[in-house]
Amino acid sequence: MIKSLKVLQHPLSDSLNQLALLEPDSDHPKSSFKASLEQFGLFPLKTSVLEIFQINLGKMCNQTCRHCHVDAGPDRKEIMSRQAMELCLQVLKHTEIKTVDLTGGAPELNPDFRWFVQEIKKLGKHILVRCNLTIIVANKRFNDLPEFFKEHQVEVVSSLPSFTQDRTDRQRGDGVFEDSIKALRMLNAVGYGQEGSGLILNLVYNPAGAFLPPSQIALETEYKKELSVRYGILFNQLFAITNMPISRYLDYLLTSGNYERYMDKLISAFNPASVQNLMCRTMLSVGWDGYLYDCDFNQMLDLKVSTSTSQHISDFDFEGLKNRDIVIKQHCFGCTAGEGSSCGGSLSV
Amino acid sequence: MDNHYYNSKDLGKFGNIAEYQKELADKFFSYYGEVFKDSHLTAKEKSLIALAVAHAVQCPYCIDAYSSDAYEKGYSEAQMMEAVHVASAIKGGAVLVHGVQMMNKVKEIGM
Repeated sequence: MIKSLKVLQHPLSDSLNQLALLEPDSDHPKSSFKASLEQFGLFPLKTSVLEIFQINLGKMCNQTCRHCHVDAGPDRKEIMSRQAMELCLQVLKHTEIKTVDLTGGAPELNPDFRWFVQEIKKLGKHILVRCNLTIIVANKRFNDLPEFFKEHQVEVVSSLPSFTQDRTDRQRGDGVFEDSIKALRMLNAVGYGQEGSGLILNLVYNPAGAFLPPSQIALETEYKKELSVRYGILFNQLFAITNMPISRYLDYLLTSGNYERYMDKLISAFNPASVQNLMCRTMLSVGWDGYLYDCDFNQMLDLKVSTSTSQHISDFDFEGLKNRDIVIKQHCFGCTAGEGSSCGGSLSV
Repeated sequence: MDNHYYNSKDLGKFGNIAEYQKELADKFFSYYGEVFKDSHLTAKEKSLIALAVAHAVQCPYCIDAYSSDAYEKGYSEAQMMEAVHVASAIKGGAVLVHGVQMMNKVKEIGM
């Protein structure tokens, strides 16, 4: 299994180096994300109604995917403490936020994961867990996760970059496809993805290479057919997500000689119509250490929210965070290219 | 050699052909866009056909464009190479079937 950039002490493990590399060429100032927004009167980018609280429970993961924007892996030790979770619960208790999106790493590896889900559920919130699937079969103690998810009516969102083993394993590691299929069958067995069960199982497609996702609708149709015919697997929706040019995926782009071409592709595919639905407008991202960000990608680049008086969950100020300016940099082109992209997939469908 | 008949960057300038004849270019690109939409064949299936045809007509721009497009749409390396073999078989067959014409002529003039 490959090591994280952090453990390798790779220059790109420092977010400042990533940001410096992503800065627009001074000869082409119009290719900056800010200039692109300004051209359509969309700058400054402002938040809308806060609907989703995305919480990163830690960077530890049982997989080391080649495109991971978190640089997660088994060698990452950052884990959200129960104290930080309690602060999140206090915030959730006193706000109208409807959905809590739990991510990582593998969020299930946090020792307080189940307790946290139970406590959030007591507050009547809808919970979404970004489950990498293989964690369910990684160890006996995780085999009952499908039942646990069902019991708490958790919506499961899982990555599967292809319905073939070859492409999946190339992006996510040897053996991941086979284990993912096993886990999907276990989720289906308790009712996930089955019509009328109310148990939602959504899949995520990320391109396994230096290109943008194809049409989400066409891809979903094909996935449904292929997964059903080949493996008897059912799911609800497929989200096609563009890979962000940061962290491990940025390293891949640079080492494979695809960086310039990929950035040109993102920039030339800028779609102003996608801006209105950007996820950063309706979500708040909480880091494993309690700091607040506009999205998970900004979190990985250490770009905290612009509201200087409320940058940590311990001094959460709902009013102060309302209608704030969203922090933007060049990586934001990843969310506005083509059909647009978010943690919930394409923005135009 | 620093002077080439083909330059990969020219593919991105394809739309510039409208500078000399806008009306026909607009009609062509509109037609082109329609051809590749999902219809009785899916856009994905059309991409693989285009890849095979690109090889048959030996257009380097088209090969670059449809190698990327077919891979992005989810075809495997093996599927794409099989499509190239289909183009090869048709082109090779087109040469060989003319062998019958050669045989006819030889039989006509030979003793």
